[in-house]
Amino acid sequence: MIIQSLKMAWKAIRSNKMRSFLTMLGIIIGVTSLVVLVSIVNGATGSVTDQISSLGNNLLSVSISDDKGKPMTWEGVLELAEEEEFAETAPAGQGNFTAKNGTESGSISVTGTSAGYYDIQSLTLGSGRFLKKADLESSSYVIVINAYTATTLFNTTNVVGEKISLDGVRFEIVGVLEEEESRSMGFNMSRMEGYIPYSTMMRVSNSVKYVTSFYVTSSSEEEMDTAETAITDMLLERFNQDDEAFSVQNSSELMETLSSVTSTLSLMLGGIAGISLVVGGIGIMNIMLVSVTERTKEIGIRKAIGASYINIMMQFLIEAVMISLLGCLLGIGLSWLVLFAAGQLVTSMTFSLSMGVVWLAVLFSAFIGIVFGSYPANKAAKKKPIDALHFS
Amino acid sequence: MITLRNITKCYEMGDEVVYALDHANLTVDAGEFVSIVGPSGSGKTTMMNIIGCLDIADEGEYLLDSLSINDYSERELARIRNQKIGFVFQDFNLLSKMTAAENVELPLIYQKVSAGKRREMVEEALEQVGLTARMYHRPHELSGGQQQRVAIARALVTKPALFLADEPTGALDSRTSQEIINLFHKLHDQGNTIILITHEEGVADQAERKVRILDGRVSEVAS
Repeated sequence: MIIQSLKMAWKAIRSNKMRSFLTMLGIIIGVTSLVVLVSIVNGATGSVTDQISSLGNNLLSVSISDDKGKPMTWEGVLELAEEEEFAETAPAGQGNFTAKNGTESGSISVTGTSAGYYDIQSLTLGSGRFLKKADLESSSYVIVINAYTATTLFNTTNVVGEKISLDGVRFEIVGVLEEEESRSMGFNMSRMEGYIPYSTMMRVSNSVKYVTSFYVTSSSEEEMDTAETAITDMLLERFNQDDEAFSVQNSSELMETLSSVTSTLSLMLGGIAGISLVVGGIGIMNIMLVSVTERTKEIGIRKAIGASYINIMMQFLIEAVMISLLGCLLGIGLSWLVLFAAGQLVTSMTFSLSMGVVWLAVLFSAFIGIVFGSYPANKAAKKKPIDALHFS
Repeated sequence: MITLRNITKCYEMGDEVVYALDHANLTVDAGEFVSIVGPSGSGKTTMMNIIGCLDIADEGEYLLDSLSINDYSERELARIRNQKIGFVFQDFNLLSKMTAAENVELPLIYQKVSAGKRREMVEEALEQVGLTARMYHRPHELSGGQQQRVAIARALVTKPALFLADEPTGALDSRTSQEIINLFHKLHDQGNTIILITHEEGVADQAERKVRILDGRVSEVAS
């Protein structure tokens, strides 16, 4: 009986291809938006968390909001590295400058830091060297730039020993980072970046004076908690036991924050896509009601030769569910194509159909088919055979 | 086989109550070929709907195969129509999107007969009406007479207790009509019970027994 009903439904759908397709369109669009949006959020989350975890799980980032008259100096930060709980430490002070080489210029984001930053941020050099302790001690005007800056200003990455100016102050390029793929969210995020000694940063920037932000890594992942306690205790002592004066964040906390943000995001986008699926379901109900009226005679004939309420109900319900599921299937196919195309355009991110959302789409479509198919199916099945037979 | 006792069916037309059947009585024995003849508006169609379990009488008693039909549910009526009655209509009432074979198969599907058995029975039924060659044609590819033969095959495929034909020749020319009547004669000769409803005296005269219906009342016509 079920197989027969499936065949019948398939036949009814095929015999009116254009209408069936238009009816499915709502579901197709709903499913595609659901699957694509959720997959993109998942993909973006994946690449962002990859970046965060590439920093390692042993990173603590400290920011000081109130120095209580005992400001942190870069020397103080470097001295922390002597403590056995910590592996590397590096201060970080940000500034934006206009970088210039002859007539080529652009805005560059510069970090004033120390040698330890190289390992902490897992940077890779292409040529030259990174900053040294001596550069900080002598506040020398040296800069390490990323490959994008080099190619923007010099059209080549072979620029060690060349000079550039930052807001008119000349710096010697001592190192160039390895070229990296553009990353983050699938957009071209390449921007000009540079690293100069922290002490030099204090001279060229008006805003960077004492250290308000620095990084510490623990000697190993296992030592993370010890290191976090040690740095917290140290800072508490320094700032009169005021735990509002600073904050210590470890990378796993960062991940948690991120994942809660992205799951909210995918829930929200999924919800919006869900609404379009419901609208698609209303479309199915609409067409099914028309179809029931059109096929009144057929219903009458079927009832005359012995179809019961259940038979007719099942016939129309299965038809509605089939339309909905076929739409869902086409939607999943379409989203695969969209994600494939997106993957070709943005190579740095992987967009994959997440099986979870595919199942969600299938279940939700079936549910919609049943909910919005029930009313027309009941209307069809309730028709009295004599009325239906003499309908024309 | 069939007993109608004091069957009454009325419809309300505005304020007026119209008696489509007014204490009608009829008995048909198994194996009989009975024609019910009457002008339009005489209550023929109502009679046919009640005998065919498509409708329920307001009053009176209806026994089909010694089962009282009066207090059956919708679902049981569907089962009775499916198993005991073979309908043949004036305008054939075939499903236009199905082939002849699929139309004949339909009542068997509702009987939950297995696919292999169904095929066998469909072929046999179409052979009886001489349409084996037209098995996979759709109704619009068939002539009126052929369509009516498909409808008869659909009626006989379930081996019903009763054939109920409502103006089966109404949409056909006289030669084709005679072919259809002959087919009913053949079914009758095989021992089937047939009730033929018509307004054409010529068609009605061919039955074994003729019953006249007028203003909702039934009277026997001596032959």
